[in-house]
Amino acid sequence: MLFYLLMIGFAISAAAPFFYRRFRAFFGWIAVSFPLFLFFSFSSFYPRISAGEVLRETVFWVPSLGINLSFLLDGLSFTFVLIITLVGAAVFLYAGTYMKHYEHAARFFVYIGLFMTSMLGLVLSDNIAAMFVFWELTSISSFLLIGFSHHKEQSRKSAIQALLVTGGGGLALLAGLILLSGISGTMEISELYPQHAMIVSSPLYPAAALLVMIGAFTKSAQFPFHFWLPNAMEAPTPVSAYLHSATMVKAGIYLLARMNHVLGGTALWQDSLLVVGAVTMVCSALLAFNQMDLKKLLAYSTLSVLGTLTMMIGIGSRLAIKAFFIYLIAHSLYKGTLFLVAGTIDHAAGTRDAGVLGGLGRAMPFTMATAILASFSMMGVIPLVGFIGKETLYASILELEEWGRYLIAAAVVANGLLVMITLVAGIRPFFGSMRRLPSVPHEAPFAMLAGPACLAFFGLLAGLFPDFFMGAMLDRLASSVLADTLTFRIKLWHGFNEVLFLSFLTLLCGMLFYAARVKLLPYLEGRHIPPVLKPSSWYDAALAGMLKVARWQTRMLQNGSLRNYITIIVVTAVALGVSALAGSFSAFPEIPALDVTFYEVAIVSIILVSILVLITSSSRLKAVITLGVTGFSIGIIFILYGAPDLALTTFAIETLGVILFVLVLYRLPRFTSYSTTASRVRDAVIAFVFGIFMALMVLFTVSGELDSGLKRYFAGASLPEGKGRNIVNVILVDFRAIDTLGEITVLAVAAIGVFAMLKLALKGGSR
Amino acid sequence: MYSIILATASRYLLLLLQMFSLFLLFRGHNEPGGGFVGGLVAAAAYALYFIANGIAEAEKLLKVDPFYLIAAGLLLAVSSTMPSLAAGMNVMTGIWFDTGTALFGKVGTPLVFDTGVYFLVLGVTLKIIFSLAEGDLQ
Repeated sequence: MLFYLLMIGFAISAAAPFFYRRFRAFFGWIAVSFPLFLFFSFSSFYPRISAGEVLRETVFWVPSLGINLSFLLDGLSFTFVLIITLVGAAVFLYAGTYMKHYEHAARFFVYIGLFMTSMLGLVLSDNIAAMFVFWELTSISSFLLIGFSHHKEQSRKSAIQALLVTGGGGLALLAGLILLSGISGTMEISELYPQHAMIVSSPLYPAAALLVMIGAFTKSAQFPFHFWLPNAMEAPTPVSAYLHSATMVKAGIYLLARMNHVLGGTALWQDSLLVVGAVTMVCSALLAFNQMDLKKLLAYSTLSVLGTLTMMIGIGSRLAIKAFFIYLIAHSLYKGTLFLVAGTIDHAAGTRDAGVLGGLGRAMPFTMATAILASFSMMGVIPLVGFIGKETLYASILELEEWGRYLIAAAVVANGLLVMITLVAGIRPFFGSMRRLPSVPHEAPFAMLAGPACLAFFGLLAGLFPDFFMGAMLDRLASSVLADTLTFRIKLWHGFNEVLFLSFLTLLCGMLFYAARVKLLPYLEGRHIPPVLKPSSWYDAALAGMLKVARWQTRMLQNGSLRNYITIIVVTAVALGVSALAGSFSAFPEIPALDVTFYEVAIVSIILVSILVLITSSSRLKAVITLGVTGFSIGIIFILYGAPDLALTTFAIETLGVILFVLVLYRLPRFTSYSTTASRVRDAVIAFVFGIFMALMVLFTVSGELDSGLKRYFAGASLPEGKGRNIVNVILVDFRAIDTLGEITVLAVAAIGVFAMLKLALKGGSR
Repeated sequence: MYSIILATASRYLLLLLQMFSLFLLFRGHNEPGGGFVGGLVAAAAYALYFIANGIAEAEKLLKVDPFYLIAAGLLLAVSSTMPSLAAGMNVMTGIWFDTGTALFGKVGTPLVFDTGVYFLVLGVTLKIIFSLAEGDLQ
């Protein structure tokens, strides 16, 4: 069921352009049915999940390697699935209208559908390999979506940056997961749970834990990998709302929560998460201080929240996991809304500059209401769900013995800054006097209002009736993350206590920060953080260095001269072959008794003569034809030795080869001898050495017993298992079909390469 | 250089060679042949037609850009590995049906795979030949 839902998701995404072309006018209403369908399909599992059941499903993929498409629906994945599909519904509906003015909007829906399905696959996967595949798919769809306006250089740059950072982290994650499966001997995540004690005491544990953390930190933009996320705001706004606040950036958090059970409980894991999360929480909120762009402001606040979530997994107490859960839901609801509102404002007013916007409330009352509702949730105003999230967060920090005092100060400052961001980005644009704007503001169409309004309203509902909406899931999620159920109920009102005081303090701080920001902005203008301190400039330097090495390496190895390539390949092959075989054969092989027939002598003589003509000729046509003669003669040898398949293919290749050569000949300049005598001698020596090497190889091969049993196996299994008498073909299309698949893929890529090279050369002159 | 004899002959040879290439493809599982060599022979057929009649005629005859053949071949090959999944077996497990007729014999997913190889090889070869030949005209 889970597997088929995912497959349906991919199929629908692929079909999106067909629907888009037909129903462009109201495409949003069609598109929204896709996430809603998934939402209700998954919701049908709610009774079973809330009763404590864990759904499992396995589709065999490569069972011999333990790689399977196995899925697991428990409290943790169910929470994420609901967030993904619910926010997805709002975003799809919104995008149907918002994206109309973009070129290639049909593609957008393919990408975002691909993303949604991969994200679902990621949170549902129970197999390490499957999870990694979905993980990478989300990175790739994020790349495509950030670079959606690919005619803009900044978009392309940001897309590549996001891809390299998250992709690099993905490699680290892969290494970590492989280490983990090496330690435990299983690829199934749920089978790792009972092995916690053994994994943690393994000498490889620190490496595995660090690598998994790096993967999660890059994906969830934790310090020092945070810089890609603000740059990702180049993407169209629905993407920022969906991928870069509500879902994809939470993939890293999801991974940490999922792995907490396997890798957690050690000082390394808990402290790293706590420190990195806290640093991200505070630093990114500070970085937002002088931002003017609505989306950038929201992006920095997202970073801060991601840091908070990481920190809470780091704290790891039962109260912290409760706070994690509520904060996660609250953030997805309000931040998705605020991003969509920012998009609406951009749409209506033509700018996202917080310094210019103001007084939009009269023209856009419904948008304003939505924005205020979401803003209150973000600021933590009672009775919205954000309030409960913040209360629980503070309560869990206060529980800490040693660090509690410092952390609570940091958390209050960070949340105060979030309040400031909300005031600037969510509330300020609607009040005050209206200034001159690029376009006259107007209320957004219904399709762009409905989604954000629903999300904001859910934030209110979840705040008013927290136990009804989230209570059951909290227990199930905690049992996935902590292997423990929580006994707390979620309540809106805890009475007048320390935590409530801190909430008020936060709001007060926020207002003070806002006032300070208004005063300080003129002084901050034009001031920048020195590049040495910015991780983004480290990234730039690393990228520049890598390109430099690549250019140097290309210059050395691939300088465009075919002769050079062949020399390098042949010399390397001989050197490696000799060094590998030098020890294993002591005596010179016996030359087997020759029993030559007349045909063999004749063919070999033809080959020798044609090669002689080939290397001495000064005419290209002659060279091509003699090369063809050599090829055909070798084909005949194949026939003599009973390999008709090889012979057939050789003949066909040689024929086409001659045609291709003739076509190329046509465009070459007149034949002149470029090579010096010295280089010809060198080439001759290399050729002779290679020939002797190959001859020796053959002699060694036939003199030794190299029976590996493969020949017997294939000969025996070909007809009963492969249903064919031609063993070569059965191997190609059945036993070793995956090799063939790889080869034909390479062929296809080569054809594209040839085409591109020829077209480039034609357009750009002689390059 | 236009030769009316070659041009006329190529039309009949094209058909014959195409039939031969399909023959090679379908007999491949039991006798020498297969998708790879079949695709090469089919490409050679078009190459002959192109030599006799020029590039424009050959492209018109093919009707589609060879890239579509490449894509279709790859898609066919990949999708032939899937039915076994639906049947609950490992990916790429061959599934065979006995049609019971002497003409077709047994038909299975490896044959679909081989057909994919056929189209891909045909597409790749023609794309390279056509790209080179188009360059000459300019």
